[in-house]
Amino acid sequence: MITARFIRLMEGRGLLFLAIVAAVGVLIPACNLLIPPGSPLHISTGTMVLIGKYLCYAMFAIALDLVWGYCGILSLGHGAFFALGGYAMGMYLMRQIGSRGVYGNPILPDFMVFLNYKELPITWWGFQHFPYAMLMVLLVPGLLAFVFGWLAFRSRVTGVYLSIITQAMTYALWLSFFRNDMGFGGNNGLTDFKDILGFNVQAQGTRAGLFVATCVALILTFVIARLIVASTYGKVLVSIRDAESRTRFLGYRVEHHKLLVWVVSAMMAGVAGALYVPQVGIINPSEFHPANSIEAVVWVAIGGRGTLVGAALGAVVVNYLKTIFTSGWLAAYWLFALGGLFVLVTLAMPKGLIGVWEDVRSRLKSRKAVADSKAASGQAPT
Amino acid sequence: MRPAPLLRTLALLVVMCLGAVGPAFAQGLDAGLERFKADSFGDTEAGIAAVAASAAPQGVAILEALADRRLFAGPAGVFYRDKAGQGFDARTGQPATVPADAGMVRLNNRLRNAVQAALGSMTLLSPDPAQRFRAAEAVFRSRDASALATIEAALPKETVPRVRRAFEEARAAIILSTPDAPEAGRIAAAQRIAEAGDSDAISLLRQFSGQTSGGLKAVIDQGIATIEQAQRIRAWAQTLWFGISLGSVLLLAAIGLAITFGVMGVINMAHGEMVMIGAYVTFVVQELFRAHAPHLLDWSLPLAIPLAFATAGLVGVAIERGVIRFLYGRPLETLLATFGISLVLQQAIRTWFGPTNREVSAPSYMAGSFEFIGLQITYGRLWIVLFTLCVFALLLLILKATPLGLQMRAVTQNRRMASAMGIRTRFVDAMTFGLGSGIAGIAGVALSQIDNVSPNLGQSYIIDSFMVVVFGGVGNLWGTLVAAFTLGIANKMLEPFAGAVLGKIIILVLLILFIQKRPRGLFALKGRAIEQ
Amino acid sequence: MSTVTQSILYLDGVSVSFDGFKALRSLSLTLEPGEMRAIIGPNGAGKTTMMDVITGKTRCDEGDVLFDKGSVDLTRFDEAAIAEIGIGRKFQKPTVFESHTVADNVLLALKGDRGPFSALFGARNRIAAETIDRYLTIVRLIDHRARLAGDLSHGQKQWLEIAMLLAQDPKLLLIDEPVAGMTDAETEATADLLKEINKDHSVIVVEHDMGFVRALGCRVTCLHEGSVLAEGSIDAVAGNERVVEVYLGR
Repeated sequence: MITARFIRLMEGRGLLFLAIVAAVGVLIPACNLLIPPGSPLHISTGTMVLIGKYLCYAMFAIALDLVWGYCGILSLGHGAFFALGGYAMGMYLMRQIGSRGVYGNPILPDFMVFLNYKELPITWWGFQHFPYAMLMVLLVPGLLAFVFGWLAFRSRVTGVYLSIITQAMTYALWLSFFRNDMGFGGNNGLTDFKDILGFNVQAQGTRAGLFVATCVALILTFVIARLIVASTYGKVLVSIRDAESRTRFLGYRVEHHKLLVWVVSAMMAGVAGALYVPQVGIINPSEFHPANSIEAVVWVAIGGRGTLVGAALGAVVVNYLKTIFTSGWLAAYWLFALGGLFVLVTLAMPKGLIGVWEDVRSRLKSRKAVADSKAASGQAPT
Repeated sequence: MRPAPLLRTLALLVVMCLGAVGPAFAQGLDAGLERFKADSFGDTEAGIAAVAASAAPQGVAILEALADRRLFAGPAGVFYRDKAGQGFDARTGQPATVPADAGMVRLNNRLRNAVQAALGSMTLLSPDPAQRFRAAEAVFRSRDASALATIEAALPKETVPRVRRAFEEARAAIILSTPDAPEAGRIAAAQRIAEAGDSDAISLLRQFSGQTSGGLKAVIDQGIATIEQAQRIRAWAQTLWFGISLGSVLLLAAIGLAITFGVMGVINMAHGEMVMIGAYVTFVVQELFRAHAPHLLDWSLPLAIPLAFATAGLVGVAIERGVIRFLYGRPLETLLATFGISLVLQQAIRTWFGPTNREVSAPSYMAGSFEFIGLQITYGRLWIVLFTLCVFALLLLILKATPLGLQMRAVTQNRRMASAMGIRTRFVDAMTFGLGSGIAGIAGVALSQIDNVSPNLGQSYIIDSFMVVVFGGVGNLWGTLVAAFTLGIANKMLEPFAGAVLGKIIILVLLILFIQKRPRGLFALKGRAIEQ
Repeated sequence: MSTVTQSILYLDGVSVSFDGFKALRSLSLTLEPGEMRAIIGPNGAGKTTMMDVITGKTRCDEGDVLFDKGSVDLTRFDEAAIAEIGIGRKFQKPTVFESHTVADNVLLALKGDRGPFSALFGARNRIAAETIDRYLTIVRLIDHRARLAGDLSHGQKQWLEIAMLLAQDPKLLLIDEPVAGMTDAETEATADLLKEINKDHSVIVVEHDMGFVRALGCRVTCLHEGSVLAEGSIDAVAGNERVVEVYLGR
């Protein structure tokens, strides 16, 4: 009964997505750990980390699609939530280094010793405890989203105005995190991590573990997002997207509805950032750059917004292309390709890859129907 | 120390009595030069006095050379070198080769003072007003009592007001620093110095505030307070000027956006790249001039203005015709597509011109600075402020007083009605977008003077530009003007307390809060149509 | 305040101006509980602005806007609060949620807790299909319940909007041009529907179609330049010299 309901809520596309992610989450670590390097089936740790990175981006894209695709809030500053989650994880990892840093200070991270900090800033307290750090991964982006959203939605800042101030938000954070006085490592950010939960972050086993964790988190993110959009609440969000004022005249407190999905989305982005950092091994202020946030919007647009699966697909496809393009002689053309994609998608495929796929499918179906009816009429005597 | 004033008075007397009789000085000079050959401090001292007294045109050069160890005496005569090493015959002042057997004329500290004192007197009486002015300022700082007589003598004859003021201040400084001068005189002197009002004056007064008492101290403290007040005002004015200067840069960057975004409602994320194109056009024009007509280099900037307008404007029209017109009424999609265009344009520039900064030099009329009521104003900044205001006025004129402007306003207010009245709305769209882009290109010409011309030039302005337009109220050019200057001035006001980066962050946060409070900007349009 | 009036809606001296243009000039109007009122008037008379003021979309510069026997000062609330208080509105241009099904449109409109958590986990997910179908039957859209609202015809959208209004179960309904673009048969059906609705609800209808207004058989108020020009029975208003001059034409 519950299973049947779950299957109905996930839709066919969603189930396929979940199955693929689950398969990837099992097979790739298995191919990495169990199959010896010489074998053609072996997947190198580097490849696994790269795919793990894509999956973090997919999670981030789902978070973005939830607010943009379903509620019409185009955030050009969502990268800020991703980066804040990443920083919270980075701070935990920094505290785990302990006295193994270059300066050997058991409490202070290297950059603080270098900058003559005498004691740990309050912002860093408690980050040596994993549960606390994970709480912050959710709370810090969530709180920022709450305050920002509460102010913005209450005063009915919508459309491009909202987009512009979200961009200003991440721009302000970008500038802030470059400053050494912020106490987050300034320009260099946080890096040189050693352990996570007592395991060496560089070790192959840990990396496989992180990969599995990312897949699990992606599955959870998708299921939560799907449950949200399939509920009546999801319908209210779509109503707000299509006719905000009408929704308000029905008696809905639009600002509350927006705020909830906004905060949930920010937390999802934070979790994606937190899983991203131990895999790539660094977090620095460049993650806050406004261009990152806009790029993420393009993943969603390319995959097909308002579909969740499309967002994840777009994130993986674009980043795979980026990997191909930015290595080797194609590097100089990456921005041409990315810029071209922006234009192409908005002009030629407003519903993204998923939309194109559905068009093709429905056309095939109708052609088949036409063919069937022709066949049927062909049998009839003329 | 004792003989120096004596000498100087002597020299002065000789100079003053013998005003215009040339040949006698030639003899005086010759006699003085003879004494340098003796290489004894006593003779050298007499020589200095004689040269000072001779008032020969090359006298200053000789004594300066002496002070700088560039004066040589030998059997063949006395010679000196100028700072570049060129030799001169001291007798005639004509270029000559310094003979190998001529030895350097040596000085001790006492003689060095004598040379400086003699030089001070001579320059105070120099026929060149600029030199007199410098000498008076030097006396003001040194407060050398021995110069008092010279100044007193020179003052009544001084006709150049600037130099006269400097003399008066120098005299006041000397009198103030003479403890046995009459109290009334010193009070008057302190008042005179306070009137000067610059930083030299206040440091002098501060120095004497502690050493004096009674009425004189009161006057000095009063003077210090007055100057401090004036300095505070000046500091404010300077900040204000910096703010206006920054504001004009913001306005320049935002003004094109005020058209495309403010009037047409199109979110053009490639706006910054239009600015960048303008800057690169300036670079190319300047390089062409450098290669083909170096003597006309100063003209490259004015010529770049129409070219930048045309280039950026054409690119703008191409973008509008090629992409944006398919996206009217879908602002979020427009935003994404134009961001893609901005990436392509950046990369194109990077491919053609390389990723590094390109040098655009300032024409001569934009170099240097001048002082205006105590403010340091660079010509470059002044030009940009004036230029910005001109562009703004021109734009206003285009919108209010030309047929195109009228059609633009008609189309933005009611597209269907405008179309029904025979306005070619598509043409107007393209022209409006071209105008906004062209103005961004013009902004690029100006910004090439104060910023690095690099592929990233545009990116650094885009967020600021949007902030300005949104802050000012969309669709309101005057709002954009006020917003740009408000933000510029606020930024510069914050900088002394918060530093440049934190100041900018604070401004951004305040802006975000402001938009929450007034989502439609400072000067929002009201009405039913707007609320839809 | 409760002593001020016994009316369901009480407007007194309401003025609104946009950048100098006076959309409403000291407008006064009262509606008794259970009453139906038709508002007529030329374009720009202030009909829509009046609705905007009542539903909280536009703030009035001065004047009283009281609801439910004077117990509620509507000027102190926003759109969502006023909808919760019990005023429903149908817009001039039919606005339904085009990417939702017809049934979902009614589901969203149904009276009840409208908080996000209620929509996410709570009561709104357990509403029986029969409740929705009841309203769809009234407006004869029951056969279209699974279609996307965007695919409906113009007249069907108008009716869907009325169904949504009924589902809200407001005390007062504001209905802006319900028969614009309808066939004569549809217009007649709509008039009957409104009369049916009027049995349990107070209604204000703005309409240009004088035949429809006559079919409603209620009191008529004619607005002109932001204030009331004439008020009374349809025949009295239609016979009024000034009304004929500014609105009906000779």
